[in-house]
Amino acid sequence: MNSQKKLIVSHAPFLHNGGNISERNLNIIYAALPAVLLGGIFRFGIPAIGVVCLSVATAMLWELIMNRAMQRPVSIGDGSAALIGLLFAMLLPATAPWWLVITGTFVAIVVGKQIFGGIGGNAFSPVALSIAILMVSWKDFFDFNAMLVNYDPDFIMAYPLAELKNFGVSGIEKYSIVDFLVGRQSGGIGATFGIGLILGGAYLIIRGFIRWEISIAYLAGVFMTAQLFNLVDPTRYADPFFHIFTGYTLVGAFFLATEDSSSPVNFLPMLIYGAAGGLMTVLIRNIGAYIDGTVLAILVINLIHPLLDKIRPKAMGKVV
Amino acid sequence: MIKRSFFGFTAPRIQYLPIPGNTAGPAVLKQPESVTLLVPCPAGDVDDQLARKGGRVKTGQKIRLASAPGAYGIASLSGTLSSIDRFPGEEGREYTAVTITAAGEETLDDGFASGCEPTLDTATAFLGCLPGAPSFEAFTDPEKPIHTIIVSGMDADLLVMSAQYTLSFRLAEIQAGIAALKAITGVENVVLATAPDALHGFGEIGASVVGMDAAYPSGLPRLIVQKVIGEEIPNDKSFQDLGVSFFTAEAVASIGRAFADKQLPLEKTVTFIDKTGNRSLVSARIGTPIADILKQHNIRLEAKDRIILGGPMTGHSIFSAQYPVQPSTDAILLQDSEDISLTSDYPCINCGDCVRMCPARIQVNLLVRLLEAEFYEEAREAYDLDACLECGLCSYVCVSKIPIFQYIKLAKHELERMTMEEMATEETAIEETTDE
Repeated sequence: MNSQKKLIVSHAPFLHNGGNISERNLNIIYAALPAVLLGGIFRFGIPAIGVVCLSVATAMLWELIMNRAMQRPVSIGDGSAALIGLLFAMLLPATAPWWLVITGTFVAIVVGKQIFGGIGGNAFSPVALSIAILMVSWKDFFDFNAMLVNYDPDFIMAYPLAELKNFGVSGIEKYSIVDFLVGRQSGGIGATFGIGLILGGAYLIIRGFIRWEISIAYLAGVFMTAQLFNLVDPTRYADPFFHIFTGYTLVGAFFLATEDSSSPVNFLPMLIYGAAGGLMTVLIRNIGAYIDGTVLAILVINLIHPLLDKIRPKAMGKVV
Repeated sequence: MIKRSFFGFTAPRIQYLPIPGNTAGPAVLKQPESVTLLVPCPAGDVDDQLARKGGRVKTGQKIRLASAPGAYGIASLSGTLSSIDRFPGEEGREYTAVTITAAGEETLDDGFASGCEPTLDTATAFLGCLPGAPSFEAFTDPEKPIHTIIVSGMDADLLVMSAQYTLSFRLAEIQAGIAALKAITGVENVVLATAPDALHGFGEIGASVVGMDAAYPSGLPRLIVQKVIGEEIPNDKSFQDLGVSFFTAEAVASIGRAFADKQLPLEKTVTFIDKTGNRSLVSARIGTPIADILKQHNIRLEAKDRIILGGPMTGHSIFSAQYPVQPSTDAILLQDSEDISLTSDYPCINCGDCVRMCPARIQVNLLVRLLEAEFYEEAREAYDLDACLECGLCSYVCVSKIPIFQYIKLAKHELERMTMEEMATEETAIEETTDE
């Protein structure tokens, strides 16, 4: 039974839907671009380009160095490192110094991702982990009022969440939600342009690249918690829309909390995960020490993800 | 390869393709020069007294290789037994390949005609190799009586249309087959499962009719049985434990024809799917080399192409075009080397697509991590390995292109092997204690 021609023999199934990791990450990068280009680079100019390019480039470089050091196949082609670099840059102020960017991508790629075994192994969102470590280590570089002091646009350049922390609700009466939506606010390179982030998130949800349950539950969690605080004392606590459209909330909801490896995949766990993230975000903002609690809240929900995975449907015909 | 649709908002449903309205009957293949029968009997058990190389056989003659009840084949050609060889089959199964080379005039054997009564003895003795591979083993166990026979008019896999063809064009034979089945087994409750758009026109068939969902994998036997009995099958129960026996439509039609013609039918209806996805039906004698079917379609095979027996989701690929058509071969699918999507060793990124696709609600993302690390027992106990229906949808959607389905089959195979070994050691231990 020997045939002259060698055939390919492999296991079923013999079809594939054509999806792959590069396509997935590339689409998430596309979805983030409106916020980066229109909200960041258009607003903050050359320094923002510098930060974004350095961040993406060094993230990929750290990935390559780790691939070589650990003698693993080169994995920068899957777009994961580039995506981490881009998301990391989105959260930085445009004037972040070069060493902060390189240190940040080192923490994200090496500590946040590669030492867990690379893509799919990380317990925490690498970007949230890196920003959190940097925020604790060099607090001043995340003070947007000080970092962006040289920018003098035609809108209020005071960082909204800092105003809220320092002056309470009376400090934020000067802002309008519309300004937040069109990117007329101070903040990270890719975190200011509300409409851009929402459109990007909607694109990812419609294409199925992120899980809508997480994003929606996260935003609902922010809204409900902020609403409760606001009901208790409207003079001290801002209204929910303020919380949704300022700081890192939208980036967190669509790009950080939805990071595949560190989030659950079942319906109920996704809702709990997202809602807990929203709750923690507002708790840290309203009664915690930090101005913006988004990345810390995301690290906390990353931590409860393995527990949430225990909530799962009963398999078909499972014998109890 | 099927491309993902632009909108991924809901989990994709993969529909079974209905048989085209203008489908012609199967193209009948000309008589092959030689046929190879794969008899489910390890080469070591073959009894030289029963079948010997060089012996002559008639068409329809039973070739018994060993005393075990299933260890026989039905000659589909008149000629000489040119070889009897060991044949390692798919998933570690052991067959003996019996090759018959055509010689002289075609003569029909009358072994079946002489005792052609619809009894269980006749059925187990002769009908096991009919096209569609009916099995009567379940009816021989008095401890677990069968009360329902399910006849599936659904093709289990995508693109295949052999069962749909049988249901559309061989209804009279199915009807006769159902009557014969009732006589053979004494079971009165027969259920016919069919596609939802083909629910009507079965008034005289002698079976109640159940319509299945049109989306894959509803045609898989376990899902059909579940729909008929109306509850989920516990993972530790077989069809037999539930009192259910499962037949394909083609098997039942073949039984009907066998008793009507007093001659065992030997032509298998095979869906042939070429490299461009064109589907046609072929009627080939069991044992015909696939190369003969390719020749009839004027198809040249190139290196690195793939030949798949069965459908695209659950079939198995073969290494040679000389592989024969078997009683259970419903389809032959060809793939060009350029269309083959290869698997990778990338890790799971936890995207959850498999979890949303899984019809058995298995946590595939967690399961695959255990299977990669070869923690098979934990996979069975804590992560529902046994619930798997083996539909292949997890591998189909995996963005990391992990061969999840293969991991699952390997795990089941390894667990089975481990259980067998344990039983063997226990038996020797018992023997040793009794010896003392």
